[in-house]
Amino acid sequence: MSSRAQILARVKENQPDLTVLPADLIALVQYADPVEMFGKVLDGIGGMMHPVKDYAEMIGLINTQFAGLPRIISTIPELKELTEKDWENQDPHSYENVDVAIIKAHFGVAENAALWVTESLMGQRVIPFICQQLVVVVHKKDILSNMQEAYQQIADSVYGFGAFIAGPSKTADIEQSLVLGAHGPKNMTVFVLA
Amino acid sequence: MSTGIKDHAALSDLFNQDEARVDWHDETLWFVRAKRDKAANTLEEWEALRENASQIKDNVLSNLHDYLSEFESNAQKNGVIVHWAADAAEHNQIVHSILKAKEITRMVKSKSMLTEECHLNEYLQQNGIEVIDTDLGERIVQLAGEPPSHIVLPCIHKKKEEIGELFHEHLGTPKGASDPQLLTAAARVHLREKFLTRRAAITGVNFAVAETGEFVVCTNEGNADMGAHLSEVHIACMGIEKIIPKRANLGVFLRLLARSATGQPITTYSSHFRTPRAGQEMHLILVDNGRTQQLGRADFRNSLKCIRCGACMNTCPVYRRSGGHSYHTAIAGPIGAILAPNLDMKQYADLPFASTLCGSCTNVCPVKINIHEQLYKWRQVIVKEGYADPKKAIAMKTMEFTLSNPSVYRTAGKAGRWVMKNAPFLVNNKLNAWYKQRDMPTPPQQSFREWYKKNNNE
Ligand code: SF4
Repeated sequence: MSSRAQILARVKENQPDLTVLPADLIALVQYADPVEMFGKVLDGIGGMMHPVKDYAEMIGLINTQFAGLPRIISTIPELKELTEKDWENQDPHSYENVDVAIIKAHFGVAENAALWVTESLMGQRVIPFICQQLVVVVHKKDILSNMQEAYQQIADSVYGFGAFIAGPSKTADIEQSLVLGAHGPKNMTVFVLA
Repeated sequence: MSTGIKDHAALSDLFNQDEARVDWHDETLWFVRAKRDKAANTLEEWEALRENASQIKDNVLSNLHDYLSEFESNAQKNGVIVHWAADAAEHNQIVHSILKAKEITRMVKSKSMLTEECHLNEYLQQNGIEVIDTDLGERIVQLAGEPPSHIVLPCIHKKKEEIGELFHEHLGTPKGASDPQLLTAAARVHLREKFLTRRAAITGVNFAVAETGEFVVCTNEGNADMGAHLSEVHIACMGIEKIIPKRANLGVFLRLLARSATGQPITTYSSHFRTPRAGQEMHLILVDNGRTQQLGRADFRNSLKCIRCGACMNTCPVYRRSGGHSYHTAIAGPIGAILAPNLDMKQYADLPFASTLCGSCTNVCPVKINIHEQLYKWRQVIVKEGYADPKKAIAMKTMEFTLSNPSVYRTAGKAGRWVMKNAPFLVNNKLNAWYKQRDMPTPPQQSFREWYKKNNNE
């Protein structure tokens, strides 16, 4: 008998009587001002939130904050003017020296400052993980309160790869001292578009 | 002891020789536990979440056969190559054969307790394959030639000066440098080179969704993603109990996992892998290695609900003061002491005794596993099967007799309190193993029962 057949047979034999899958919880945490909460939590995990009224304001901030950095890439058409051209279809290893990656998120979650990003918004899967600094743009109306709402929003959408990203890459493996930039981004900026 | 090798008590003795270090270890873990409490307290629905998660996992175990089949067929539709491994040896062979077919001899790995359980690194090394652990804590213990001492915080037993020394030797950092910022920066450079040059990556799996065939990997460092998205071959390894029914269930588990583990609201990255990247091969190995047997043990099957958050270790007074290595098994602490005897009752006969049965583990467990009750049940099984240390077998018999005879229990408690107050030397001596490196607490004047009786005119 193959291991597959053997394992499945043993599971069937040993699993207990069927219990029901519980219903989804109701009355979960709701914040009066989800954007404010999002910013507070993001700050606590090492990220930075900037509310902006439009792309023009955002471009101004990007120009000052990242002035002089050679490799800035983005998947957002509105930012074409200040970012590298035709970067998308290269070998993923070639992004190793990307200084700043600017991508969009489908939505953010106030309770944990996580942003939901799928492959189509990343350009390539490795981008938000390999860049030195990460910038994510999200619309104000798309900041939800909690993770249950997040999965209601994701529902049965189809993606090859998707991730919740909450703050910069970090570790506390050495004596519980928090260090930002373990392997990936050393910081994370979130622009919340009005 | 019943085993020829060192048991938990002997290994704890070694750890306890350096009292200052034990205090530091204890306090560090308690600090993590306190962060967990703070995070849990921010959510009014915390207890409802735990109950919900527990019920979802109950349902998973009761319908595991169908969920596994559903997951497999959906994963295959997504283009993932699914393998099944009956035990650790088969798991390791599968990994090796995938690498061999691609002529890959060097690879990166992110955290996977399953591969620790299977001793994959040793196996691959014996077959000429180099494995680099990329989680910083795991890389540190790998350089030290040690196993992880904690499932979430692999090098929690190491001081920064020791890590500085290791990095000086292996990564060329300046001698005497021990600043965590500097050491982490050195590791970043060292490991980036590995990510960029290795063709295969292994990751663990935190949750696998039957409904969609996707699997979720949670890290703070981003090392699983760096490895997976840069590799030609991604191999994900999971125990069969990691299945959850629906994508929406992730909403519950992701809210509980990081808060319970480190007190963070969520891990930095919660990555949902559904299909391989264009041109990439994605393999997934479903491993039994004793899990179906544990599923058949009515008293212990709940241990398969574990989401590996580590909260039960951080809160455990025995773990905090004996260190992860004293458990001589891949998964230390209270949950490890339930999982290990399932695999080898004789070799791990000591572990269910490495507990005060205080129940703190059960109180913090995000999926409500009755950990301390299972430890107590394992003791009974182990004594009955004849694997227990003779000293413990007698103590167990006495305890059972005392606990099942209320009047004896009351007298024994009263006598105990009298002895502690009037003749502490009788207790604080070398024959009482608990007294070693410990001062016995001052006994209360009254037991709770006496107090209750007096105040309620029973
Ligand atoms: S038994 Fe519970 S508390 Fe312990 S690691 Fe597993 S899920 Fe966490």
